[in-house]
Amino acid sequence: MSITEKKPAWVAPVIVRHSSSGMNKFGGVREAQFRNEIAGVSIAELVEKYGSPLFVLSEEHLRQSVRRINRAFSTRYAKVRQAWSYKTNYINAVSAILHQEGCDAEVVSEFEYDKARRLGVPASRIFFNGPHKPRSALAKAVKEGARIHIDHLDELALLEEVANEQGVLEFPVTIRLNFDTGFTENWGRFGFNLENGQAMEAARRIAASPNLKLTGLHNHIGTFITDPRAYTAQVGIMIGFMNSVEAATGCTITTLDIGGGFASRNALQGVYLPPEQITPTAEQYAEAICGALAVGLKNREQNGKPLPELILETGRAVVDEAEWLISSVVANKRLPDGRRAMVIDAGVNILFTAFWYNHEVRPARPVEGIPEDTVLYGPLCMNIDIVRQSVSLPPMKTGDLLSFWPVGAYNNTQWMQFIQLRPAVVLVRQNGQVDVVRRAETLDDVENPEHLPIDLQPNFS
Amino acid sequence: MKNTLLASKRLAISESGFVFDPVSGQSFSVNETGLVILHLAQHEDDLDKLVEQLAEQFDASILEINRDVQDFIYRLKGFLK
Repeated sequence: MSITEKKPAWVAPVIVRHSSSGMNKFGGVREAQFRNEIAGVSIAELVEKYGSPLFVLSEEHLRQSVRRINRAFSTRYAKVRQAWSYKTNYINAVSAILHQEGCDAEVVSEFEYDKARRLGVPASRIFFNGPHKPRSALAKAVKEGARIHIDHLDELALLEEVANEQGVLEFPVTIRLNFDTGFTENWGRFGFNLENGQAMEAARRIAASPNLKLTGLHNHIGTFITDPRAYTAQVGIMIGFMNSVEAATGCTITTLDIGGGFASRNALQGVYLPPEQITPTAEQYAEAICGALAVGLKNREQNGKPLPELILETGRAVVDEAEWLISSVVANKRLPDGRRAMVIDAGVNILFTAFWYNHEVRPARPVEGIPEDTVLYGPLCMNIDIVRQSVSLPPMKTGDLLSFWPVGAYNNTQWMQFIQLRPAVVLVRQNGQVDVVRRAETLDDVENPEHLPIDLQPNFS
Repeated sequence: MKNTLLASKRLAISESGFVFDPVSGQSFSVNETGLVILHLAQHEDDLDKLVEQLAEQFDASILEINRDVQDFIYRLKGFLK
């Protein structure tokens, strides 16, 4: 080779064994492409400016997502309200955007209730769920006129007591029901059972109370429901119970809350078909639910009863696909069994959903080389920190970036400060501007609530 | 490492990167760099010298090449058991 001739670039050598099995004739190739931008903003530039790892939200994706669900339902049923499920993502910017789009709030604790109130949500637009609402929370919610969903008899008694103390009469309440739809496992731990008569008993008790008035029914059939027929069955059962309870107690039901559980285009571990094929669209869910409402409520207005409002407690389906996690390759490894592994700077401490999803993983630049089955380990010094058991990736160098998607649901709530500090969350605005909506944590954030007694201060002098 | 380089001499290697192991009956694909390494290994079973030869051919540090070649040979070792 002459001195003037430029040497070819070095690409890491790869060898892969040919295998005649393991092909998925239904599945597409999810990991083959790269992603170098999010909502028009370069991933490399985002990391250069805000660090790695980094959560990136897209305002455009979020607004389009909530609008699509809203449109799917409101074009099929006259009275629809979406209540944004706070526990899905605690970033205030996310809640604020969804409230701008007309969503109410669905909260499941006093902390979440206070969070929604601080953001300016009127109590009358907060649906207060959950199995533990302490007296202080109930007192606040009754005083401010929130929409309380009763989970059990002890709560019913406490709520009656609180309303009585405040001299409130006929405070409108909803009871949470549980029942078997035949499609999903009944979440019997929440609410009153319909089949064994608990739910009717609770309704009679409310009817007998001067302080409370039953106006709503609520049920939640499960999570990541991929068969819309489950909702058809749910709505049919709820309407049947509504008719029974109105006949038995003389109440009028004005809201039917069918909870949440809509799936996103995420890949659940252990599911054979890719999400593009199994995740129903918003329109398919809406058709199943509103179709059942149309059948069940056909004669309701003729019978002098109002059409109930349909409440959707949407969380995952709204936000999951509107957020990405960017992570950097820290090291390449060869495991004793021959498998390739990479250490990346984002672990299960911030990507909690890695325990049950196989996220889409893409390099942030086109990478040459034959893809190889790879294990992705996070940065924690813990054996459980496996972000992905197996993903096909081309050879990558330290410092290369990977994007994980969808990560909008349940990561910015279930993440924890463990071994590593939590990274920043940025929001790409519709005009392309980037706002830091949660800065990266510092040591002070972790230690501020602590107090070290003065005599315990170590002395190394 | 040396034994793996010696064992790799039994491989039938095509110019397109298709590799056949007549002992196990398995076939493999290698990328261009992998192909160069397997060709060099037909005549060279000293890792350091092999890396030096690669460093003369490619634009990368000895350190980076050495690291990647070791990884490649570990992988090969698993296949040629």
